[in-house]
Amino acid sequence: MKLVYFAWLRERVGFGQEEIDLPQEVSTVSELLNWLRSRGENFEEALKHPEVIRVAIDQVHENDLDKNITSAKEIALFPPMTGG
Amino acid sequence: MKKPVVQIQQDNFDVGLEVKKLTNTSNNVGAIVTFTGLCRDEEGLLSALELEHYPGMAENEITRIAEQAIERFGLSAATVIHRYGKIETGENIVLVVTAARHRQVAFDGAQFIMDFLKNNAPFWKKEHRLDGTTGDWVDAKDIDDQSLNKWKPVGKN
Repeated sequence: MKLVYFAWLRERVGFGQEEIDLPQEVSTVSELLNWLRSRGENFEEALKHPEVIRVAIDQVHENDLDKNITSAKEIALFPPMTGG
Repeated sequence: MKKPVVQIQQDNFDVGLEVKKLTNTSNNVGAIVTFTGLCRDEEGLLSALELEHYPGMAENEITRIAEQAIERFGLSAATVIHRYGKIETGENIVLVVTAARHRQVAFDGAQFIMDFLKNNAPFWKKEHRLDGTTGDWVDAKDIDDQSLNKWKPVGKN
């Protein structure tokens, strides 16, 4: 599975994308966020305000933290958008 | 349904040319509305904005929003162009052009597209300051979120 990060979330993580093998115990968006936070200080810092983190699964916005992600190909994490 | 024209590009755009393209698609268009979003300098603080985007999803989201606008308001046509990369103050960032038989739906369609684009199109702005330093990431504004409230789903109150 590919994980992609944007804007200040990308800067705090330290890179823009990575390939990961999802651990067996991780099957939802909220479990993914919890697992990522345990991967190091950079992730802890990037994800310390989970309420502002936006998630897209296979390039579609996902608001449901309980959404199953096990068949996703690409998950993006980013801050609120500021285009326009 | 007429398909919107959606372009995500680094290059600038020509507002007059885009209006002309929509004008030429039909003789039954009575109103064209354009919105152009520019990079402002925040009272002399900024030299530019860096726009980061999510390739693929940016196109998909804006296309989805523009298609909704065409269907909901019965627009004759719509064009949305959004730039990315470094954009100097005074330059264009985004263009929305809507065409319709009458003015009100053209106005409404353009506003609808911009309100949803601000909240859902995956773009992020970072400041470049005139003193040469890199500034902050621009914060999302609550007012952009609130502006969606006026667009309740059709058929509900």
